[in-house]
Amino acid sequence: MNILTKWLRSYLPELPVDDRQLAEDLTLRGIAVEGEFDAACGGRLYEMDITTNRVDAMNHYGVAREAAAIYNVALKPLDAGAAVMETKPGEGFPVRIEAKDLCGRFTARVIRGVTVGASSGLIAEYFAALGQKQISAPVDVTNFGWMAMGQPTHVFDLDKIVGGIVVRRARAGEKLMLLDGTEKTLAAEDLVVADEEKALGLAGVMGGWDSRVTEGTKNILVEAAWFDQAAIRASSRRHGLHTDASHRFERGADFNAAPIGNNLVTRLVVEQSGGEVVGPLVDVVVPEIAAKTAERKAISLKVSEVRRHLGATVDGLGVGEDVVARYLSALGCEMTQTGVGEYAVKLPSWRLDLEREIDLIEEVARVYGYNRFADTLPSFAGAVVELPHVEQEATIRETLRALGFTEAVSSTFVSAEEAEEFGGGGVAIGNPLSAEAGMLRPSLAPGMATMLALNLHRDVSSVRLFEMGTVFGGSTIEVKERVGLALGATGGAVATALYKAEDALFYEVKGAIEALLAKFVGAVTFEVGELPAWIAEGRGARVLLAGEAVGVFGELSAAELQARKLRQPCVIASMDGQRLFEAVLRQPVSRELSRFQAVERDFSFVFPDAVTWAVIDAALHGVGAGLERDELRSVRPVEIFRDAKGKAVAAGSYSMLLRVVFQSNERTLTEEEIARWTEWVVAELTGLGGTQRV
Amino acid sequence: MSAAIPELKQFDEAELDRVFAELEAEVSAQARALTSDEAMEAFRLEWLGRKQGRLGQLSAAWLKSAPVEAKKLLGVRFNKLKAQIEEARASTAATEARPVGAGLDVTLPGSAQRVGSEHPLVKTMAEIVSVFQRMGYSVGLGPEVETDFYNFEALNFPPNHPARDTQDTLVVAGQEGKPLRERLLMRTHTSPVQIRSMLEQAPPLRLVIPGKVHRNDAADATHSPVFHQVEGLCVDTNITFSDLKGTLDFAMKAFFGSAVKTRFFPSFFPFTEPSADVQISCIFCGGKGCRKCKHSGWIELLGCGMVDPAVFESVNQRRVEMGREPVYDTKKISGFAFGMGVDRIAMMKYGISDIGLLYSGDMRFLEQFA
Repeated sequence: MNILTKWLRSYLPELPVDDRQLAEDLTLRGIAVEGEFDAACGGRLYEMDITTNRVDAMNHYGVAREAAAIYNVALKPLDAGAAVMETKPGEGFPVRIEAKDLCGRFTARVIRGVTVGASSGLIAEYFAALGQKQISAPVDVTNFGWMAMGQPTHVFDLDKIVGGIVVRRARAGEKLMLLDGTEKTLAAEDLVVADEEKALGLAGVMGGWDSRVTEGTKNILVEAAWFDQAAIRASSRRHGLHTDASHRFERGADFNAAPIGNNLVTRLVVEQSGGEVVGPLVDVVVPEIAAKTAERKAISLKVSEVRRHLGATVDGLGVGEDVVARYLSALGCEMTQTGVGEYAVKLPSWRLDLEREIDLIEEVARVYGYNRFADTLPSFAGAVVELPHVEQEATIRETLRALGFTEAVSSTFVSAEEAEEFGGGGVAIGNPLSAEAGMLRPSLAPGMATMLALNLHRDVSSVRLFEMGTVFGGSTIEVKERVGLALGATGGAVATALYKAEDALFYEVKGAIEALLAKFVGAVTFEVGELPAWIAEGRGARVLLAGEAVGVFGELSAAELQARKLRQPCVIASMDGQRLFEAVLRQPVSRELSRFQAVERDFSFVFPDAVTWAVIDAALHGVGAGLERDELRSVRPVEIFRDAKGKAVAAGSYSMLLRVVFQSNERTLTEEEIARWTEWVVAELTGLGGTQRV
Repeated sequence: MSAAIPELKQFDEAELDRVFAELEAEVSAQARALTSDEAMEAFRLEWLGRKQGRLGQLSAAWLKSAPVEAKKLLGVRFNKLKAQIEEARASTAATEARPVGAGLDVTLPGSAQRVGSEHPLVKTMAEIVSVFQRMGYSVGLGPEVETDFYNFEALNFPPNHPARDTQDTLVVAGQEGKPLRERLLMRTHTSPVQIRSMLEQAPPLRLVIPGKVHRNDAADATHSPVFHQVEGLCVDTNITFSDLKGTLDFAMKAFFGSAVKTRFFPSFFPFTEPSADVQISCIFCGGKGCRKCKHSGWIELLGCGMVDPAVFESVNQRRVEMGREPVYDTKKISGFAFGMGVDRIAMMKYGISDIGLLYSGDMRFLEQFA
């Protein structure tokens, strides 16, 4: 929608500001000027961005009305000095509204003896400045009409009309050739302007080809009507036609504008093309529609409510009663005082967006100018309540970052295959953006796999990521949301004496999980158990906190790697973040530090593969030989060796260097004690099936 | 290299002290000149060398010929001299600066374990939330899958509003059998949490609501079907439009710095009235106009407004259905709400050109925020 300031000023003889200031003031009041250019006709051309609820301002007179309210200046009546009189007496043209629910008003006027040529004068000048195509004077006049005051109008070649005008629903299958030359097959829901025999035009959208005004047209019928917005929107969509007329009707037209628009167009057609106005303006009104639009009941407005909602102004005075009355009157409201600071407000027919007191309060604030209100801060007696999981959430993030994991955020959606492989079941999206995003993610693991793959495909060979976010279960009947947590790692793990290169990544992620869960109360344990298929056989584990499952982790299976064209092992952990949010954080407790020396003893043993670390650890923690539980400070594996050839260490067994630390808080340990305990350790390990290496 | 063996006239203490004092003085003098590894090695060889070392030669020459009663005197003095030599070697090694090549190349990168980075969205969201927490706002959260009631109906969206169209909103499959208000969809904004909170709590209310939202938008540099918002809600008696202005002006100054200015424009949202768009003075050029603000000096950042009475009414109605008091009396209670896109703010703050990077998991991108 473009506006010429020259045209605008023709309605505002007293406008006190220049075009630049006008643009800024309009914009600050929601009638946004998006762009400004010099206009060929003089003045400026504004490119407007008007919100859809303000169809009344999508024309020059509507914008002029806003300016008049802002600057408190006079607005010239639209058809000033041009009361259209019939120049030749005649009968009113027959008009019948059959579809009374969809057509609330229809005006018609006959002009006879026109000579159709090109338009001239202001119309030609303005059209050139706006870049509006000129067609012929009568058609240009109708375009001028809606640009001037918003009312779409239409001109018919009167001699093509049989009998009179009938506004009715189309007959299903009825054919109509439109002005753009396309033939449409109408639906029973379409509204048409017809004569006694046939449809002449698609009401509120586009006129028909056969009854159009051509160079040979001698007699004209001018139409200006009010059509139902929903019906016009439906027709416009059904036929894929978005026109200047439909744009206005589908946003709610001004019920009282039809006769004014008809008069304006009639006057200009006679000015441009000659001819005589024959007979009176026919104006058929459906009272039920009038009651819902132009004749809406007045609403009450209290100035105290205006002040209660809007608050303090920069000038310290607040919004006064005079300001309220003046602005609303300027916008077209009829204000009747009903008490002290109380008004009955009759709403203007062109502002269907105004319905309630709060709408009027908004209008006052808008025209007054939002930025003239003060900046105040409300007082508050309440307290800030923290979410119950705020510490857990922060601890998870901090710990994982400290462990070298970078936080990622991924899409909420996965493919049906991913949903199946990483969770089963799942909730489908009804209108997904793509098949790859057809389901809500049941787990963060597939998204993590995607992110690891993305990095590897971009030659980032070492990746540590975590994500915390919502995962979805249940069904499309009832969706269940939980917080999920995923860790993902690939590349960069370092082999040590304890961990072979191919196992190092697994143990690094395990270590991260242990460090994370150590923040919470409860023993952290791992078991092989039943694992999802995305984890490679024998390369994963279930994670338990205080005996309760909190996740699974492991290497991606060969199938998953292959599906993503990956050659490098990837470890993913899928954790129950919700459970961690609800878990109790461990409160650190300081223990007495021993003043006495610790004694380290290393043991080198060969064990059968079946003797796992858990078995060894458990055996030694079952203390014996007079060793107090707290005197066994630690037991840990230092080195593990397997020989694939079975030479140094027999196949099916492995050698382990194990370090035990003894220390007492009360005394220096004696040689004799240490010797006894060392013997006990050897006996225990031998009892497990181990053979001491000498 | 080996020096002559000093003459020892007799094995009495005075003579021994004289000779050893000379030797000690010689060691001290040499020790002060030890500035290179080569000199250090020469020093060691001269005194302690197994074959040519002077200490060995002296003891061989003197101890053998010494009378029994003098052997002890000699031994004590030899030990003292040896200790002096060792000390000179140790202290020189510890204190003297040594050339590159023999020690550490301190210009090599350190070997610290890498630390994970904060996600720019998570960080930005937390910073915004924290500004409002300091202003008395508590955090509110809500589900990402919502019903039409919470996402649209209760927020005063008319039944045929374009936002309800599947072109704009992602919907959960298989909802056709349900009444409209119970149909499930991906929330398109964090505003439903306003409704949920007002159903649970009576005023006064101050909430800041961060969260993930979804729209049926094809991805490009500035659009993502997944994005984040922070919403705010303040409801009490006598909450005014000027309170809204003051609150957001204060919050923007707290977030972007005290030099930032705000200005408000009329806008339209179904759930607020009056509604406003808020611009801040450009944080890059300070309002002078630059490429980032399209030479306007202003950047659009927030949508906001006074809570529409229709929203309070639908909350009251639902509260009654739930057996609760309709405490949001529009005659007494008013409030404001505001919302902002976290992605856009993070992109602006960190100069991120493509929104897709935020959701890619690309380490090269994310590690910049460490």
